[in-house]
Amino acid sequence: MDTGDTAWMLISTALVLLMTPGLAMFYGGMVRAKGVLNMMMMSFVSMGLVAVVWTLYGYSMTFGEDLGGGLVGDPTESFGLTNIIAADSLFGTIPTAVFAVFQMMFAIITVALISGAIADRAKFGSWILFVIVWVTLVYFPVAHWVFDFDGKDEAGNVVDPGGWIANDLAAIDFAGGTAVHINAGIAALALALVLGKRVGFGREPFKPHNLTLVMLGAALLWFGWFGFNAGSAVAANATAGVVFLNTVVATGAAMLSWLLVERVRNGHATSLGAASGIIAGLVAITPACSAVDPLGAMAIGAIASAACAIAVSLKFKIGYDDSLDVVGLHLVAGLIGSIFIGFFATSSAPAAVDGLFYGGGTALLVKQVIASGAVLVYSFIATYLIAQVIDKTIGFRITEDAEVTGIDLVVHAESSYEIGSQGATRGGYAS
Amino acid sequence: MKLITAIIKPAKLEEVKHALTEHGVAGMTVSDVSGFGRQRGHTEVYRGTSYTVDLLAKIRIEVLVDDKDVASTVETIAKAASTGSVGDGKVWVTPVESVVRVRTGETGASAI
Repeated sequence: MDTGDTAWMLISTALVLLMTPGLAMFYGGMVRAKGVLNMMMMSFVSMGLVAVVWTLYGYSMTFGEDLGGGLVGDPTESFGLTNIIAADSLFGTIPTAVFAVFQMMFAIITVALISGAIADRAKFGSWILFVIVWVTLVYFPVAHWVFDFDGKDEAGNVVDPGGWIANDLAAIDFAGGTAVHINAGIAALALALVLGKRVGFGREPFKPHNLTLVMLGAALLWFGWFGFNAGSAVAANATAGVVFLNTVVATGAAMLSWLLVERVRNGHATSLGAASGIIAGLVAITPACSAVDPLGAMAIGAIASAACAIAVSLKFKIGYDDSLDVVGLHLVAGLIGSIFIGFFATSSAPAAVDGLFYGGGTALLVKQVIASGAVLVYSFIATYLIAQVIDKTIGFRITEDAEVTGIDLVVHAESSYEIGSQGATRGGYAS
Repeated sequence: MKLITAIIKPAKLEEVKHALTEHGVAGMTVSDVSGFGRQRGHTEVYRGTSYTVDLLAKIRIEVLVDDKDVASTVETIAKAASTGSVGDGKVWVTPVESVVRVRTGETGASAI
């Protein structure tokens, strides 16, 4: 065991957990005041649900013994995580327990990301059921495909086979462009299609109610993302350092790129544009951060952010209510980040592979497209079916009356802000 | 000249505003208010304690109109604000003695 690596991974784990409340603020500020609490609760409740489910069988399905074909791990092998807490249980140079809890945070944030597509209108109980079923049938298998590398003995023989994308295909996804962002982005589209549009979509102005909250959320996401990306090195080493650097520079370039698109297209550089550009850059560099140099990182961040800035307006033209642009940000930037590794990868970066622009041919590009496409197709179909079953049985949407009154009041019996002279004194104790 | 005052459900503001604009009113003043009529309040829960909220959030719209436009404007508001359920609100009309447009000093109907 390496104490330096272990210390860094404990910190990284806490950083990645912080991303989910950060996401709650980022999303919460973007909805109307009557739905902010529900929006934040969809993220918060994911922390509770996935912490439990991951410990029971999620880690085991993701990193347990492969059940065949690199498709899914054995859910019973590490049930309850009781078999990995011994002091001599190691994953590389860190305790297995630290690795397991680090990876738990990825499962939490991935499903929380989806909630942005269904703002203001989902039954809370149905969302809870969706989270449990979705991580079980979609996230755990896909994370196994992408994140579970083959375990090898000292002679290099595979003794513990892992997932097919990580090993058989050997596509590059350092921290989750496919398993997290393409996965959540396309799932968000499926969910938005099943639930349908909010009452008044395209007719009433659904303006963000608190942009300062959005900015704070974006800042916390950026901060936490260092754990997400640099922590994915699973060591405090040179790879983590390069990844950290690439994460900053890609995100900086992405923010500038979004602001430039806005300034040219709308005449103004906006705060919501800056926050959105930050997220686009972070998403795009996530899979690529170990495979590119800082110039490549800048290019990927800037290209992805400009593409997202254009993509977010498509929902009005196509007519689906992906309320907070999970598709326009996570799917688009996730696809660009994952696929452009095939162009910008350079052997001088830690992953040590050349992409098309650095004389490596098209082999890597093809792998990246296959990995992205496989996750996209599986996640869309599985999510669509899960959402349809929930909708047809217990129902996924609150009533139109409840939606118009406001989901915070109807579902949670709370109102987010008590301000103004009458605010806190509009009634009394209920008998 | 008359002042039309309407108390409506917050969710109906967009529809009423749109209907009044289509109807051709020259302007309106909108405020957030709270109050009660026949509609019951609701209960909110904070750390296990329930609170009744009997003053409900409503929107007040005020429109100045010439006498000949009163009936049609009131009808427009009532139609757009209606959901058919209790708590839809009220519209009332009060006489206005004089109006002055601040910028030009115009008075009477031309100041509306």
